[in-house]
Amino acid sequence: MNEYERPQPLGGALFTRPVITLAVFAGIAGMLIVWRFIVGLGASTALNDGYPWGLWIAFDVVTGTALSCGGYSIALLVYILNRGKYHALIRPALVTSAFGYTIAGLSVVIDVGRPWIAYQLPFFWEWNVHSVLLEVALCIMTYTIVLWLELSPAFLEEARISSYAMFRRIGDFWLPVAEKSLPWLAALGMLLPTMHQSSLGSLMLLSGPRLHPLWKTSLLPLLFLLSCIAMGFGAVVIEGALSTKFLGRKPETDMLAGVGFAMLPLLGLYLGIRLIDLAVRGQFAALFAFDLYSVMSLIELALFAAAGVMLATDRLRRDAGNLFRAAMLLVLAGALYRFDVFLVAFRPGPNWSYFPSVTEILVTSGLVAGEIAGYIVLIKLFPIMAGEPQTAAA
Amino acid sequence: MGISRRSALKVMAAATATMVGTALSTHETQAAAVVPRPDAVGMLYDATRCIGCKACMVACNEANNVTPDTRASGGLWDMPVDLNEHAKNIIKVYRDPGTGEQSFVKRQCMHCVDPACVAACMFGAMKKGEKGIVSYNPDLCIGCRYCQMGCPFNVPKFEWSKAIPKIVKCELCRHRIQGPACCEVCPVGAVIYGKRTDLLADAHQRLAQYPGRYVPKVYGEHEVGGTQVLYLAHVNFDKLGLPAYGNKPVPWRVEMIQGTIYKGFVVPVALYGLLAAVMLRNRDKSDSAKSKEGQP
Repeated sequence: MNEYERPQPLGGALFTRPVITLAVFAGIAGMLIVWRFIVGLGASTALNDGYPWGLWIAFDVVTGTALSCGGYSIALLVYILNRGKYHALIRPALVTSAFGYTIAGLSVVIDVGRPWIAYQLPFFWEWNVHSVLLEVALCIMTYTIVLWLELSPAFLEEARISSYAMFRRIGDFWLPVAEKSLPWLAALGMLLPTMHQSSLGSLMLLSGPRLHPLWKTSLLPLLFLLSCIAMGFGAVVIEGALSTKFLGRKPETDMLAGVGFAMLPLLGLYLGIRLIDLAVRGQFAALFAFDLYSVMSLIELALFAAAGVMLATDRLRRDAGNLFRAAMLLVLAGALYRFDVFLVAFRPGPNWSYFPSVTEILVTSGLVAGEIAGYIVLIKLFPIMAGEPQTAAA
Repeated sequence: MGISRRSALKVMAAATATMVGTALSTHETQAAAVVPRPDAVGMLYDATRCIGCKACMVACNEANNVTPDTRASGGLWDMPVDLNEHAKNIIKVYRDPGTGEQSFVKRQCMHCVDPACVAACMFGAMKKGEKGIVSYNPDLCIGCRYCQMGCPFNVPKFEWSKAIPKIVKCELCRHRIQGPACCEVCPVGAVIYGKRTDLLADAHQRLAQYPGRYVPKVYGEHEVGGTQVLYLAHVNFDKLGLPAYGNKPVPWRVEMIQGTIYKGFVVPVALYGLLAAVMLRNRDKSDSAKSKEGQP
């Protein structure tokens, strides 16, 4: 890594108009969260005894963490395949991952009815080891910590050149420790998402009897794992394109095109498993029944397939516009798959319905707004983006 | 450079294959038979005897300190439309306007032999306790509602109206020595309490004694691995909200898959070791590359 590529803070004014706008949205969400704890879940959400899990679980947790698999997705390629040339992608991807997982954790706290019972977590002898949800919860919590620790060198590097002696001392002491432990953390950073992203699929196996047959398969964990890698990659491409547009960064199309190649076997595997599974379980007729369930499945499959086609050749992958559109499709496909499994395929009975309340939607969008604002502030203050002459800053 | 990378890929491929293999093989193989514990108690509800007087609902509310649900009656009397935070027990009516076929049905927790809610619960707030009763302990409940997602009978209900909510469900009046209040108060013996084995024998005897009267089946004998509340009826059970589920317990599939992957935590630990080895190796390599280039 030469000096030119070393990550550097972007600098510039922190409280720009976009950041303030985003912060306002986050502030509204914050107030609604307080309100939710005062009035309870019934008055603040559209959740009910038929649909006890809604937007906050299906989007913030299940889709949000998959979108935050950029760190995992890129790390798999960079570390396992040892493609050092992709290193510059890691830190920005880790930042989005860290924010995404933090927000997922926050959403869980808002969504559960009795969050203070979380004090039970350390008492492992009380654990129900058969609970998939417990595994997911522990894994996501640990991984959130791991992500921030993986990022800690960025903060410590900055601390080391701080104008405050105390920060300099902290940086000088902890940076070598952080760098030494990085391989161990990075290994955890790959193990944990493999575990909980697949288990997010296993979660819905317990709803098996009430899950529509098009999605009711023992392969849910594998399909969730494969699609989260695709979504993570998509998120990194989108994030890169947005930094190019709004922060005047040099496009990383070359690197992303290289990583994009790995999407081909991945999407092939996903689609192959999905179709073979449907065939083995004799569900092809249901797939072409053209009811709500069949149409949703077909849209999912078409989105995954279209993304694959758009990434098929090297030339296509090196076309920044095309790469961006393919990434959007990947993210949409994976998100739709998750919504379908958690909300559409789940059929509690004819008397139940669910559509998120205004509060639920405002809280979710406010949390996302907070995440984006946090991202912008962080890359301005700390060495996240691989250094290069900066042009403009939002 | 190949070895560790290749072995890493191999392990991942092996892990994937294990997962696919488990998933496919669990499709057809028989579930390990779940047997009700010998002291299991339950209820037998006979829809042909029920007169729909709802005395059981009043008795249930009294015995469990449940505030009546007066939302549908303009605040006047208990009138829940389904099981909810104010109704652990309900009598519903099914009527086919075409044929005039009609039946009452009593709904409450089925006390499954292998319950999904218990498998779901993180800290064991839902537990299969004494006499096989599925009990709820709010002190261990985080309010995640995964029990509601799992229950195939939509039984556990959540106190949506409260800022400090709990799960509400029938616990077979485990606090009463006399057994469930609903069984005690039923004027026609439509619902009776007893040991599951006795109730099952009773049910089969009724089926044998009055062959034309019933759908020839005891619902709950085998469904979802067996339930401790059993049903007899003269109309199809799915019309009464008791779907034609298979005989495998609901948690069986997920426990098979998760159990295989996480057995003794061997696979995750091995995978971690391997990943860490690859990481360390990569770093050493990039360090030596750096020193060759004469950089620090």
